[in-house]
Amino acid sequence: MTGYLLRRVGQAVVVVIGLMALTFLLIHLEPGSVARSVLGLKATADRIAIFNATYGLNQPLYKQFWAYVDQVAHGNLGVSYYLQQPVSSLFAQRLPRDLLLLGSSTVLALLISLPMGMYQAVKRGGFADITLSTVSFTLYCMPAFWLAVMLVAVFAVETHVFLPEAPAGSSIGSALAQPRALVLPVLTLTLIQVAGFSRYMRASAIDTLAQEFLRVVRAKGLPERLVLSRHVLRNSLLPVVTVVGLSLPGLVTGAIVVEEVFNYQGMGLLFYDAATHHDFPTLLGSTLIVGVATVVGNLLADIAYGILDPRVRYAGR
Amino acid sequence: MAVAITTAASAEARARPGRRRLRALLRRPTFVVSALIVLWWVGAAATWRLFGLNPYVNTGHINLAPGWHQLLGTDSLGRSVFARTLAGADTALLVGAFGCLLATVLGSALGVIAGYFRGWVDTAFMRLFDVLVVLPPLIFLIVVVEAFGASVPALIVIIGVVFAPGIARIIRAAVLAEMGKKYVTTAKVQGESAARIMARELVPNVLPTIVIQATLSLAAAILMTATLSFLGLGAQPPSPDWGLVINENRVYLESAWWSVVFPAVAVGSLVVATQLVADNLKEVWS
Repeated sequence: MTGYLLRRVGQAVVVVIGLMALTFLLIHLEPGSVARSVLGLKATADRIAIFNATYGLNQPLYKQFWAYVDQVAHGNLGVSYYLQQPVSSLFAQRLPRDLLLLGSSTVLALLISLPMGMYQAVKRGGFADITLSTVSFTLYCMPAFWLAVMLVAVFAVETHVFLPEAPAGSSIGSALAQPRALVLPVLTLTLIQVAGFSRYMRASAIDTLAQEFLRVVRAKGLPERLVLSRHVLRNSLLPVVTVVGLSLPGLVTGAIVVEEVFNYQGMGLLFYDAATHHDFPTLLGSTLIVGVATVVGNLLADIAYGILDPRVRYAGR
Repeated sequence: MAVAITTAASAEARARPGRRRLRALLRRPTFVVSALIVLWWVGAAATWRLFGLNPYVNTGHINLAPGWHQLLGTDSLGRSVFARTLAGADTALLVGAFGCLLATVLGSALGVIAGYFRGWVDTAFMRLFDVLVVLPPLIFLIVVVEAFGASVPALIVIIGVVFAPGIARIIRAAVLAEMGKKYVTTAKVQGESAARIMARELVPNVLPTIVIQATLSLAAAILMTATLSFLGLGAQPPSPDWGLVINENRVYLESAWWSVVFPAVAVGSLVVATQLVADNLKEVWS
């Protein structure tokens, strides 16, 4: 297990460095001048020269990249051109808000989809199963913005039950202070995830239900309720654990859209604003964070799988 | 004579699985309905101009409810929602389909090459793909669109490049499974060139996998283009692109729900139908 782990961690580090190089290159290939897009079209040549010198933009590309890697290695993500604040303090402000949004929706999604998938597997082919499958398939296909706009239409515009805007402000406290405004953003992300998780849970539980050992379990007289909770549920959870780890990229995509629709000041909106304002330090910092989170998510999924299913540790060598 | 009969019989046997699968597909109501929906939107994209529809002109009535004169009503600028919804199929399918085509060609080529040569070529490709698939496609797309602009050709190239690695990985796995089979060894022993083996032997054998991946990424590409336009990074006003239209009109949900709901139904039906076609193909083929 240790050798396997070390190799996986090594791979992860290489991937993250490759990612940094790739995004850096992509962003700096951009034709227009950064100084012009930040300072505006009326900026004088002198001001542009000063801007370029301040941010090291007059250096050759490889030197800029090296300076950037050196900076990041020392924990410095640079200063946002657009918001004129250190990128790291922007992240420190926004990340807790995302943990709240993404964390609560993921937990809710698991609480809904695991029993739902189990129920569908047990009642496989019945009316309830077909209905739920159709609903989750539709949710699974739909773009996140579609779902968000439709939820606003139904719950905020037609019935005024919830608010069409997320909590204002950019601190975690302000988000918690207005729980009613949080409902629709969280609900959107929950529904998106329920769609994916329940499909996996259903398929996984159907596989488990077909296995031989259940005959023994039933033959020894265990009530069906315990057969399901003790044996079927536990064995079906394995593949779902991996899916939760791998679902992060999809969740990030959902977060960008949901934060834009509901104007929720989180990492997604920060990234979106950085992209539209040519704010390179913030853009590079956010892609780095997302990349690291994805790589760590994959790694954790692998490790969790190894702990839950000892066979993987030996097969992985 | 005997020779002619056997070749005819074997030709029929070879044709049969294909035809049997097609018949199996046509017996599935979900496949038929979803394929018809996709065809409807392809037809709309190809022919809306022929019916004299104008998605840009002001009809003189703002936010008119759906009714006799305007089938689906008009939007806040007095433009026909019916014309705009049909015309919107254009950008959705143009970028989605050509982007997906490019991704499929690029991804299959890279996948077949990596799977055939293995060794360092394979390792180099796979490590590069590892890096490319770390970023969620949308993040990647936003970064690239910001760098290179959002014209239709640029979007097609970007979608092609972003979706290629995922396809390449799966085609590579399929090719690796084929490599151990006798027909590949036979071709190699006969001294056929690598290019010929890849094009004439491997590609036809992994073709079902390629088709399934192409349909799956078509659904994903349509979804991505719609999302980009919704975020204001794809099609620009006054384009009738569905994603853009939904974003522009969502402030009018209260006064003119039709200007949001009909494009939303359109994009929803196209995405769900494409995904259903892909799923049905996958089920029938495996």
